[in-house]
Amino acid sequence: MSVCLSARGLHLAFGGVRAADGIDLDVMTGEFLAIIGPNGAGKTTFINMTTGYLKPLAGSITFSGQSIIGLTPRRIVELGIARSFQLPQVFLEHSVLENVALAIAARTGFWKPSRPLLSPDVAAEAHDIIAKFGLADIADRGADTLNEGARKLTDIAMALALRPRLLLMDEPTSGVAAADKMEVVATLARVLREAGVTAVFVEHDMEVVDRFADRVAVWSQGRISALGTPGAVLSDPRVQRDVIGTRLVEAPHASA
Amino acid sequence: MSWFSDNGLLLGLATLDGLSYAAAIFMVAVGLNLIFGVLRVLNIAHGSFYAIGGYSAASLGLMFAARGLPAWAAFAALAIAAAIVGVLLGPPIARLLRRTQHQEPVLQLLVTFGLFMILEDLQKLIWGVQPIVFDRPLKLLGNVDVPFAGDLIPFTRYQLFVLPGIAIVTLVALAWTLRRTLFGRMLVAVTVDREAAISQGIDADRITMVTFTIGTALAALGGALSSATASLVPGVGAQTIVLSFAVVATAGLGQVEGAAITALLIGLGRSTAIYFAPELEVVIPYLIMVGVLLIRPQGLFGVIETRRI
Amino acid sequence: MMRAREILVAAVAAAAILLLTLAVPWLRFVFTIAIAKGITVLGILVLLRAGQVSFGHALYLSFGAYIVAFAAPFCPEALLLLPLAALGATLLGLVIGLFVSRYRDIFFGMLNLALSMVFYSTLEKFYSITHGTDGIRLARTTFLGMTLTPETQAWTALGLALLLAAVFAILVRIYLESPMGHGLSAIKTREARLEFMGISAQRVLLAAYVLSAFMAGCGGFIVAMATRQVTPSLAYWTASGELVFIAILGGTGSVLGPFLGAIAYELTRVYAAALFAEGWQMILGAVLLLVILFAPGGLWSILRRMARQRVGRDARP
Repeated sequence: MSVCLSARGLHLAFGGVRAADGIDLDVMTGEFLAIIGPNGAGKTTFINMTTGYLKPLAGSITFSGQSIIGLTPRRIVELGIARSFQLPQVFLEHSVLENVALAIAARTGFWKPSRPLLSPDVAAEAHDIIAKFGLADIADRGADTLNEGARKLTDIAMALALRPRLLLMDEPTSGVAAADKMEVVATLARVLREAGVTAVFVEHDMEVVDRFADRVAVWSQGRISALGTPGAVLSDPRVQRDVIGTRLVEAPHASA
Repeated sequence: MSWFSDNGLLLGLATLDGLSYAAAIFMVAVGLNLIFGVLRVLNIAHGSFYAIGGYSAASLGLMFAARGLPAWAAFAALAIAAAIVGVLLGPPIARLLRRTQHQEPVLQLLVTFGLFMILEDLQKLIWGVQPIVFDRPLKLLGNVDVPFAGDLIPFTRYQLFVLPGIAIVTLVALAWTLRRTLFGRMLVAVTVDREAAISQGIDADRITMVTFTIGTALAALGGALSSATASLVPGVGAQTIVLSFAVVATAGLGQVEGAAITALLIGLGRSTAIYFAPELEVVIPYLIMVGVLLIRPQGLFGVIETRRI
Repeated sequence: MMRAREILVAAVAAAAILLLTLAVPWLRFVFTIAIAKGITVLGILVLLRAGQVSFGHALYLSFGAYIVAFAAPFCPEALLLLPLAALGATLLGLVIGLFVSRYRDIFFGMLNLALSMVFYSTLEKFYSITHGTDGIRLARTTFLGMTLTPETQAWTALGLALLLAAVFAILVRIYLESPMGHGLSAIKTREARLEFMGISAQRVLLAAYVLSAFMAGCGGFIVAMATRQVTPSLAYWTASGELVFIAILGGTGSVLGPFLGAIAYELTRVYAAALFAEGWQMILGAVLLLVILFAPGGLWSILRRMARQRVGRDARP
């Protein structure tokens, strides 16, 4: 299996906070890698560095062997890396359909002023993607009227519409109603597997991690403190104490 | 060196003129900045406050003189006129702007444009279109010889001491208020995050109203102070507002001390142009602004805001 | 459905303008100027879609007008002067646009204002070239080789204005429906996301900006033809403010809004000036406040609401 994304010695600090303090990570082509860890551990910072939003003070990131340090987000998208956001970044004056169509147009031909956004082929593809995310009923709703979960799914659908080779997702399931969550993630996983997309996702739901991730990386204070299969990592007592621990203690059955 | 000895006098005059000019423009720009902070709108009508302040001061001063009041009353007229303009125009306009705050920024900006149109005509209706001169304060204090590069430059005491003096007092008072007083702290809180300030129990509407009134009075004071040095004509408000915009944008939004330094820069630039390249007089402030923003898009003292995503 | 109604409204309006002009001759000038401004305001509307207000677009209108004034003695043909004015304004828009499209909100607005003021004072101060505030009187022009009298020139200006208005309204409507057009409101709501889709927001805005300069240049041509005298006041910042005013007055929801707004603006101005010579600006200011407070969607949205109500009434048994 080849290396898709490779990070070496990433360092970045905001004021006194070390958001990245020597990150080394290889993401294999085709795998689903989950990133877990407490808030402030630098998980989003890693995605921000990989997508060109932040520039590390030191270290290297290569994608398919090519260095992407110093490239603009736009250039990185062109190389085949897309992302979704912790706070959904959707266009609020547009409908769900138009949001996804804009992403498709961005990929297939944005600069033709004579072609309408919702041309038949773009509209068809947009409807197709929207249906996969279970958003068909609200395709024509304005994005400003959506609840957090629907907004989140639209955000991911937009990233997917770019047909990336690597997709980075920042907490894709937060805000999505618990009842729909597993079904949505299963669909997403299937779509990504079919298209052969490599996926990295920050996740707080250990059930999602356990079921869908091939590997898990544990972030703590800007470093990777554990890396391995979900089975091995999630059962590591150290990880349980530092990352999942607090949650288990809060739950009544865990204290028994 | 020879250029300097040939042009020392002009350079000296340009510097002195620039100082007094910067003082007036600072008064307007700093008020504009305060108002932008609490209302998030650049008030186009702000230049009209300057013009109306100037006209009111002239009318009041001439009235005092006609009544035979003592000479110092001319100075009182300047302050009283500024206060009246602030109190009369500030609160109702602030209330109107608050009413439109939920609307798009473009519409809020256009509200101030509408107000500008109304105030411009109002001013013409009250004071007419003939130039009005009120140079009593200037004459009362007389001239002083300023030594500059071996020359003695005769210059009015008013422009040398009163204008810059009041600007400096304003700057210090504002900086002190913002940092040391409860009101100042609340104002900063409303500026940074209105919702959070309200949730902390701050009466944001009152802060807005008071700040707007202060800003209005400062602009009117700037106009009142300048009314002694230049005759008042229609269009002076329109001219002033674009200059203050240039100062605010060059300094960076929300900067009080930065606005002072930028006003100085633009004031000196403009007066130098008047003496050495008069056809550039109007252009210089904008060229400074464009040049600065080309190099520092957030303004000389502005802070780049990064958004969390 | 929507499109059919827009075309119908536009056709009826154009016919009404021609008929009114024949019946009331002094309206010809008012309408011509209004349509020239409407064409320019179309560009303001496009920029407003991106949430950006230019307080300096009178620069392009006046630039186009001055090109016509400067070129007319050497090249009197109206059909050559029009592309010349358009091209000049477009090139200027491209150069300035490369710079200002990097800025947003207040900085965008103020930079446009500053640059238009630079042009204004250039016109005013370099008397030997521009004749300062006196302006330049337009030399005699021709149309398809025929020399125009003041009367025929006025008709030519109105005819070309109507034609340009129709063409630009259609083009802008198509453009706004395209991804580039939708990209404008994407800049307004989530500019960062555009970049993360591989799209340069600056380029989206630049395209809109150059288009707006192009249309403003055409507007300037019409103004020069209709007034036969160009003066620096065309470039003063209040003239730019007036263009934004018209955009809001007409409403940004339709490409017909700018023309509706411009005609309403010019008529209000004429009547206000006749009624209250010293205070016409005050009346316009008050109208603007009332529109923003009570009909923030502008005249277009008022018309649409009225049309809906009528449809609603007709549908009732």
